[in-house]
Amino acid sequence: MPHCVSADCPERASKEEETNMFGKLRQLHRDLTKIALAESDRLPAAERRRFLRSGLFTAGGAMVGGALAGVAPKALAATQYPPGIPPWTRSLGPGVVTDPYGLPSPFEKEVIRRNVPWLTADKISSISFTPLQHLKGIITPNGLFFERHHAGRPEIDPQQHRLMIHGLVERPIILSMEDLQRFPSVSQINFIECPANGGMEWRGAQLNSLQFLHGMVSCAEWTGVRLSTLLQEVGIKTEGKWLLAEGADGAAMTRSIPLEKALDDVIVAYAQNGEALRREQGYPVRLVVPGWEGNTHVKWLRRLEVGDKPWMQREETSKYTDLMPDGTAHGFTWVMDAKSVITSPCPEMPLQDKGIHQIEGLAWSGRGKVKTVDVSVDGGRNWQQAQLREPVMSKSLTRFALEWKWEGNPALLQSRVIDETGYVQPTLAQLRQVRGSNSIYHKNSIQTWQVNADGSVVNVQLA
Amino acid sequence: MFNLHKTPRLFAGTWCGILLASIPLVGAAEQAGHYGYGESATDEQIAAWDIDIRPDGMGLPEGSGTVDEGMSVYEAQCASCHGAFGEGMERYPKLAGGDDSLAEDRPEKTVGSYWPYASTLWDYIHRTMPFFAPQSLSDDQVYALTAYVLNLNYIVDGDFVANRETLPKVVMPNQDGFTWEDPRPVVSNERCMKDCKDEVNVADSAAGKDLTPSTTGPLDEGIME
Repeated sequence: MPHCVSADCPERASKEEETNMFGKLRQLHRDLTKIALAESDRLPAAERRRFLRSGLFTAGGAMVGGALAGVAPKALAATQYPPGIPPWTRSLGPGVVTDPYGLPSPFEKEVIRRNVPWLTADKISSISFTPLQHLKGIITPNGLFFERHHAGRPEIDPQQHRLMIHGLVERPIILSMEDLQRFPSVSQINFIECPANGGMEWRGAQLNSLQFLHGMVSCAEWTGVRLSTLLQEVGIKTEGKWLLAEGADGAAMTRSIPLEKALDDVIVAYAQNGEALRREQGYPVRLVVPGWEGNTHVKWLRRLEVGDKPWMQREETSKYTDLMPDGTAHGFTWVMDAKSVITSPCPEMPLQDKGIHQIEGLAWSGRGKVKTVDVSVDGGRNWQQAQLREPVMSKSLTRFALEWKWEGNPALLQSRVIDETGYVQPTLAQLRQVRGSNSIYHKNSIQTWQVNADGSVVNVQLA
Repeated sequence: MFNLHKTPRLFAGTWCGILLASIPLVGAAEQAGHYGYGESATDEQIAAWDIDIRPDGMGLPEGSGTVDEGMSVYEAQCASCHGAFGEGMERYPKLAGGDDSLAEDRPEKTVGSYWPYASTLWDYIHRTMPFFAPQSLSDDQVYALTAYVLNLNYIVDGDFVANRETLPKVVMPNQDGFTWEDPRPVVSNERCMKDCKDEVNVADSAAGKDLTPSTTGPLDEGIME
């Protein structure tokens, strides 16, 4: 949806703009004809010829125009809205398997993962952010799941891929993907969050965007084999206490995981939301370590080793350790603490009108289920309990909502989650008081959105 | 779905109990697992993939390298990103310096100031470096680079020779700087609902700071794959 703040709203277009509208529409029609022609390039030759001969693409152009972001919808009402009959009702569209693998509507082309170019030295070892402002429900579409690569995204032939399980086990084995998929499968919905989500904001408010502030969290239904099944298959020796997981990418990413967690709810996952993992998510196989920091969910998994001590790898010593104000650091801080954020309104989704709005957002906890979410519209002075939208599941995103009548006054919106352990999401001031500003990871504090009188929304931090 | 996944788990748990009970009777560690899928991993296969190194030196291979040898490898393979003296170029990581800076306002976390174990250096260089050609260095080159980076940080002398005996004995300056037990929750809030504070002050705002990439249109760099 377009940003539509005060004077920019099409409803409030001036007389002069309205007189220009006809010219704009003609230009739009020319543009859309081009788009329609370009789109028709994707049709098989015979179908394309028929399409072009039919002249339908010109009608289609007008159809496309009406919904285009930023174009005054009311000006086109005569051809599309009641009592008009839109062209798509009076024409035929492309047939089945035009897109053998379906794609989002072209109108959704701006709903994409985005990166912060200044954040990393290159895009090979970098991160992209999920557009939370556009998502509904709790499942992140596979193409929008945030990415974190340390050596780029490998292209792995699943036929050539092998998973080795060895170390302090009775029967070291090598499994192909076919082998792996013969084991009993499980499916569960879990979020994955990079512990550096929001980590750019420890020292102050920098980024004015929900996507860049909180988009390192995503949620999917994962299907695979329970790790405990595989470990029972190989037989853990009594000295075995730890597990090392290693990726097959150019970073050969590794993390040590205590067996207690490995035998609890960890999945060796090969599917995501019903289809094979996306390459960005570790195709053909990854670890899913529910509720734990994203870095432990090793992608492109090639090796699991059982040992009696942790390996103290780079990703668990130099990185993913939390530096405290006294100069010491906390390591093995695996669990993602409870966190919530309002996703509408947000900087990308300003308020367009006075009146009744649904304040919506997402809450999650690495320690279990979300129990309660409260929302404040006055910067945390007073709170109201929000409604949790079903389903509410352990270590999954949970959507919440609160109805709010906005009178056009400035407001400070916040959400505060309480998880089933009773943990209450802290304020940034509380977090900073104990952890200082240099711990990078695990910044789960309450987000404040400042709503201005014109409906625009800004990321702010309270004293 | 959430009820479904309990079924195989229970099943596996039951089966595990049976297996454990049967081990003393069968006494066969070589016996196939319950499913018997896949192939046994041979020692040769395991040795080729098992590249992890632990602080106690477990996993370190034969071979050695000196500080001087490391300098020539470093200049050819590493300096373009990490800088001639480990100072880091652009946003690539700084490797040296930052001594005693961890409690400062702007701490510098380097191998010398932050990394608790020297083994991690060998492990990480070997598995990922150089960045554009991971796992292309010989074991001797990795030993040499490890010695050189330790020397850049004044942790070993210029005549240090890194090998499987010497490396586990290197004590890193910040070895005791970590706690490995998660102390959380160190911070929690209270669930107040009414009149929770007297005043609300905005201390900082992202408005007007030119740091946010575009959130509409194509990617900022104009690249869409």
